[in-house]
Amino acid sequence: MRYTPNSPNVVEEMLRSAGFSSLDELFTDIPEAIKLKRELNLGTGRGEMELSREMKGLAAKNFTTEEYPCFLGAGAYDHYIPAAIDQLLLRSEFYTAYTPYQPEISQGILQSIFEYQSMICLLTGMDVANASMYDGGSALAEACNLACNNAKGKKVLVPDTVHPEYQQVLKTYAISGKMEIVTVPSAGGVCDLDKMISLIDKDTACVVIQQPNFFGHLEEVEKLADAIHGQKGFLVMAVDPISLAILKPPADLGADIAVGEGQTLGNSLSFGGPYLGFFAASKKFLRKLPGRIVGQTTDTEGRRAFVLTLQAREQHIRREKASSNICSNQALNALAATMYLTLIGSTGLQAIATRCHQSAVYAAQELQKAGLKLKYQQPFFREFAVLLDDPAGANDRLLQNGIIGGYELPDAMLLAFTEKRTRAEIDRLVAVLGGRA
Amino acid sequence: MSKLIFEKNLKGSNNFTIPPADIPEVDIRATIPASLLREAAPALPDISEVEAVRHFVDLSHKAYGVDNGFYPLGSCTMKYSPKINEWAARLPGFANIHPYQSVETVQGAMELLYNMQNLLAEITGMDAVTLQPAAGAHGEMTGVMVIKAYHQHRNDHHRTKMMVPDSAHGTNPATANVVGFDVIEVKSNSRGLVDLEDLKSKMTPEVAGLMLTNPNTLGLFEEEIQEIAAVVHEAGGLLYYDGANLNAVMGISRPGDMGFDVVHLNLHKTFSTPHGGGGPGSGPVGVKSHLADYLPIPLVIKEGDKYVFDYDRPKSIGKVKNFYGNFGVIVKAYAYILALGAEGIKDAAQQAVLNANYLRQHLKKDYYIPFDRLCKHEFVATAKNQMDENGVTTLDIAKRLTDYGFHPPTVYFPLIVKEALMIEPTETETRERLDDFLQAMAAIAEEARNHPEIVTAAPNNAVITRVDEVTAARNPIVKWEEQ
Repeated sequence: MRYTPNSPNVVEEMLRSAGFSSLDELFTDIPEAIKLKRELNLGTGRGEMELSREMKGLAAKNFTTEEYPCFLGAGAYDHYIPAAIDQLLLRSEFYTAYTPYQPEISQGILQSIFEYQSMICLLTGMDVANASMYDGGSALAEACNLACNNAKGKKVLVPDTVHPEYQQVLKTYAISGKMEIVTVPSAGGVCDLDKMISLIDKDTACVVIQQPNFFGHLEEVEKLADAIHGQKGFLVMAVDPISLAILKPPADLGADIAVGEGQTLGNSLSFGGPYLGFFAASKKFLRKLPGRIVGQTTDTEGRRAFVLTLQAREQHIRREKASSNICSNQALNALAATMYLTLIGSTGLQAIATRCHQSAVYAAQELQKAGLKLKYQQPFFREFAVLLDDPAGANDRLLQNGIIGGYELPDAMLLAFTEKRTRAEIDRLVAVLGGRA
Repeated sequence: MSKLIFEKNLKGSNNFTIPPADIPEVDIRATIPASLLREAAPALPDISEVEAVRHFVDLSHKAYGVDNGFYPLGSCTMKYSPKINEWAARLPGFANIHPYQSVETVQGAMELLYNMQNLLAEITGMDAVTLQPAAGAHGEMTGVMVIKAYHQHRNDHHRTKMMVPDSAHGTNPATANVVGFDVIEVKSNSRGLVDLEDLKSKMTPEVAGLMLTNPNTLGLFEEEIQEIAAVVHEAGGLLYYDGANLNAVMGISRPGDMGFDVVHLNLHKTFSTPHGGGGPGSGPVGVKSHLADYLPIPLVIKEGDKYVFDYDRPKSIGKVKNFYGNFGVIVKAYAYILALGAEGIKDAAQQAVLNANYLRQHLKKDYYIPFDRLCKHEFVATAKNQMDENGVTTLDIAKRLTDYGFHPPTVYFPLIVKEALMIEPTETETRERLDDFLQAMAAIAEEARNHPEIVTAAPNNAVITRVDEVTAARNPIVKWEEQ
């Protein structure tokens, strides 16, 4: 199946009209020595029916969260996605458009980004937000980079309760030499506050805290905020947007930069991507933020209009002096998030967050009734770790019982609960883990 | 202008519900410390489903995609996105799988990733490929980190500089800086190609590598690429291929055979996945064998009949994003490559180059083309004639094109050409569509000559006129606030 529409006759006519005698003549500027003298080893093309059969065949080999209730979380969550979202995302004016560099014919996309930025600010309480980053982990790395670029020192304190992949991404970005990552051991499944605070000094650019943390626990943040601000450093928080329906927003806890994974806002699990990272900050960072920002202005007739703004920060203008190298972001995923928040509204978001929490509380109680112990005794949002001798074996048993189990820790299993999980599913989980099924 | 979603608020109109609880309700004030609870819910708009749907449909009417019409945005490869690929990525077996499921339960996804690594290695002439980077610039960052790690592991710590041509995409110097290199700019010569003498004169033992786009941003093939590669390699540097323009040469010449050590691809350009109004993209990185150890973890490997993740790569730079990449985008690009096959991939490159040369030949009657010779998938025209005659600029022409129903080309880039109009038609356009565009460009040239005020006032048919960008930047309003 090809998508080139010109027939061989038309191709011939176009060649002649452009002054060429053959298609090969279009490539005479490429030295013979580096031309491929054979056909690529890609196989022959498939027609659409063959292709759809082949793609279906591959998809059918995967066990889906539709068929198997899923208790995995650890940074990606199985939430319900309202049907209207995908219908709207399939408006091809949205999904086949490029970045809205030409404002006059892109007002719809620009306005949707402006609405997205506004909603992220509402959730986080922060002053400003950009148009999106790649994901939660890369957003955190960019946040720490921003902090280091605007602080005296370059030390970044990270408790090991932050998602391990976020920590890995941060360490990878630090190859730049512009950040010095210090991992701080936790105590009892939460950040060791005394230890963290004792490590803060004048070389500390920022401290990172994840809320809820990787284990699902709620961290105490305010003392940390005071300590880092006392040394003129910044507080960077990674937050879960669903939890912000009921949890105190990062701005109220003293965060200077708030980032997070936006997958939960209307984006499918898709084996880890595409998701979106959101990035919000206090006003002082507006002219230094990474990525695109949409601003409100007027047209020459005085009507309200939207436009990509403060572009002097960005790579296509600033080149090596840009605040980040990001160009493409996750615009369509951010649009899904905007649609999601619009469709469920404040009360819907609160109901979902509350249900996630209640289901987790119920599961924790039932597991304990079944004789199991939680790894930590800490307040949690919708995720916690239950102690098990053999987490991998337990996951195998769960799968045999039609359940996708949790994230395996060395001596425990991290279980996540969304509004999609029913009592019957949780009871079955407890029965299997408790050895009664 | 459309009202903002917040201005459509009608208290009590949102009817979204979740199923009634069949578990005991919990008072969150009993289970979550009061100091961590939010006082008031975030004030999201309160809107009915029908009005929400109409809002976004209304916004979609104020956007322009490839499905609306011709989109000759240079360096962006705005080709048609086949619909079967959208369908495939939405199959429950791809859309509804969690990244931490055990590999036994996602063998179809693993097989797809494994095959994709191999297909992209074959297309680029590289030995190993990571699919993890989320976008082109993210791929650049990954590739440049790999270069840095390679030199570091060889205790070659004095290589602190990255060379970038003056015609390069802005992401190249930005990436080099973000990874911690100082940027050395290499000049272009009078033919629009890398100035080999300038390159030689700036090449020192401190140079870690050279980032190059080939064909370059003028749409011209770097004919001396073998000499360039030799200069860089002899000095101990590595050669980086910015794959933004791979569409011009796929199936015809491979970066690996040109002498490149690292390459990133843009699946959202070359391999037809839609641009999404700015993303998501996908930026896989391929490397030659001497750099394979440094790629991000994990790669997908095959053990017997089973596909597994290989995390045991001690020299790896680590991870550049969570999980394994923009999987949903990779699914679409995979379907595209299968559909085209070897012949179709080459055909796409040939037709892309033909369409660009067809436009170039016919456009030069009215527009000045600074490097008017055989081009690849794109070329750069300018508004020089119109500027000299009546002060009509590239921006004016771009805006006027929208009145004729076309998306404008990339404007004012590359920076080395004044009043640049960078035109990339792609292979998925009919001759009729290209002729319509040529007619519109001729009509605009005529207007610029005789009625320049029409062009300088454009657009005349859009929902708004030109916007005040200065005020937007001086007094930024970047979110809605309750009045």
